[in-house]
Amino acid sequence: MLRARNLWWLVVLAAFGVFPLVVTNPTYTTIAVFTVIYMACASSWNMFSGYSGYIALGSAAFYGTGAYTMALLSIHLHMAPGAAMFWLVPLGGLVAMVFAVPIGWIALRVRRHTFVVITIAIFFIFQLSAINFGFTGGTSGLNLPFITWGYQYYNVPFYYVGLGLVIVATTLSALVRRSRFGMQLLAIRDDEDRALGLGVRTHAVKVTGFTLSAFAVGSAGALYAMFVGQIYPQFVYDPMFDVSIALMTFLGGLGTLSGPLLGALLLEASQQYLTIQFSNGSLYLILFGALFLIVIMFMPQGIVVALRDRVTRRAERERAAVSANEAPLVHDVPRDVAVGGAG
Amino acid sequence: MALLSATKVTKSFGGLQALSACSLDVERGSISGLIGPNGSGKTTLFNVITGYVTPDTGTVTFDGVDITANRPDRIFARGIGRTFQLTRIFARMTVLENMLVATRHEESWWRGLLVAKSSAADVAKALELLDFVGIAGLAELQAGALSYGQRKLLELAYVLVADPDVILLDEPAGGVNLTLINAIADKIRTLNQAGKTFLIVEHNMEFVMSLCDRVTVMHQGCDLVAGTPAEVRADSRVLDAYLGGGDEDEDDLREAVAGA
Repeated sequence: MLRARNLWWLVVLAAFGVFPLVVTNPTYTTIAVFTVIYMACASSWNMFSGYSGYIALGSAAFYGTGAYTMALLSIHLHMAPGAAMFWLVPLGGLVAMVFAVPIGWIALRVRRHTFVVITIAIFFIFQLSAINFGFTGGTSGLNLPFITWGYQYYNVPFYYVGLGLVIVATTLSALVRRSRFGMQLLAIRDDEDRALGLGVRTHAVKVTGFTLSAFAVGSAGALYAMFVGQIYPQFVYDPMFDVSIALMTFLGGLGTLSGPLLGALLLEASQQYLTIQFSNGSLYLILFGALFLIVIMFMPQGIVVALRDRVTRRAERERAAVSANEAPLVHDVPRDVAVGGAG
Repeated sequence: MALLSATKVTKSFGGLQALSACSLDVERGSISGLIGPNGSGKTTLFNVITGYVTPDTGTVTFDGVDITANRPDRIFARGIGRTFQLTRIFARMTVLENMLVATRHEESWWRGLLVAKSSAADVAKALELLDFVGIAGLAELQAGALSYGQRKLLELAYVLVADPDVILLDEPAGGVNLTLINAIADKIRTLNQAGKTFLIVEHNMEFVMSLCDRVTVMHQGCDLVAGTPAEVRADSRVLDAYLGGGDEDEDDLREAVAGA
């Protein structure tokens, strides 16, 4: 059972691995680069917000910080345009983590709606700073060292580095889920005060999860900056970024491992495709609206959870059919317990 | 010296004086009861003791150490566990995972990043305690699927998992059937014989009077009377406190408190 699932992951990974070898059209590999960037971000966002229930809508602050780290360092270090700049990708993630510690420390003192509002406010502080500080180039943005790889193959290295980020984010998410730390995040999601009363250092656990989740987002921002070659505050500190990764995660399945990946794959790929195909930037918004209505009405917990429930139910029905009268039903246990306990 | 004491604890929420100079002693090895009309401050006192509410004045000491205004996780780590009036469990986790969250670990919190969510020993201990309260068969079930009575048992079990010295129970018999009430009383007695100290808030007088060595009656945020169940029954102030409070089931209380 477990092996079958691991096999699935490997098959999917292999498919992503060979994709740019099979599909060489730059139009499609460009879509693929954006898709892996968003998959990494959604997976990482879910590692904190999905597990802990704290819906953060300010992750663009980390994305933009990663992007500016890439831009400023590559410019000021006078880096030769080329593959060496990829080393700045994880550095962008680390710088985002450094910013995440104080942000998390402050924002995670409040809960629910207040937390959401505070993360949005912090995001706007970052955007306004990028617009108004001199070293960021203000609204005219920054131009990175111009990479002159051939048009035909330009996308491929970015795609593989992005895929690497997806693997890092998803592996981290899986490890967190298996750790005691991850269990504590889930406990915080269900009842934070109760967890506190059972000895969980809730604030420390939340700030740590929040900080860890900033890594892949910051790295993805750095990769984005290098990929597009020029950055502007309103595009790297973009409020739609957070709305997108949150919607992707909800669509796929909040708190699941594969859900955010699937959600990002479906939404980002289809958005890019529709924008290119119909050269109408807002058509996808209408389709997304309809899609979300359908998902919220018929599978509010996301695609992955809906599918998993269906499989589980079928398995249970089959098991029940086999051993109809042999095993006691789960529901009978409590009554026995109550009576037995009195004796 | 008492194992757990609250001394002249005062707490007001806005204009509401929830506690005014309230004192309480819990002796080591006792089963102590805390009763009083609704709104008399019992749960607030629990919240002060367990760190959920910071008192305006007054102190709480545990085993000779001042624990006033410590955080709830620190207080739990010191050996005071509690349950809540309305059961509070981790509904989307399994019963076993609920137990594992409460498992006490000596090492620093960040070690949790590096270790699996449970060791074999943690699981064995959790299952043993689930078996003790009688719900080991439900270990793999989502806790949200449990009935109210089962949730009460789970709460008792996961407070026990960290092996606290004192256990505070907020209405353990509230909203559960008579059979289960007796089962819970049995568990409390068994644990008490094994050395656990209890402080119990409860409206079910029969439960309190039959179980507790010592009962404190609260009224309007203060401790009114403290003594053995017999002494409390005989004290006319107790009856006045309840009846003066305009409680609905007066006759039942008169019978229960006076001891039929």
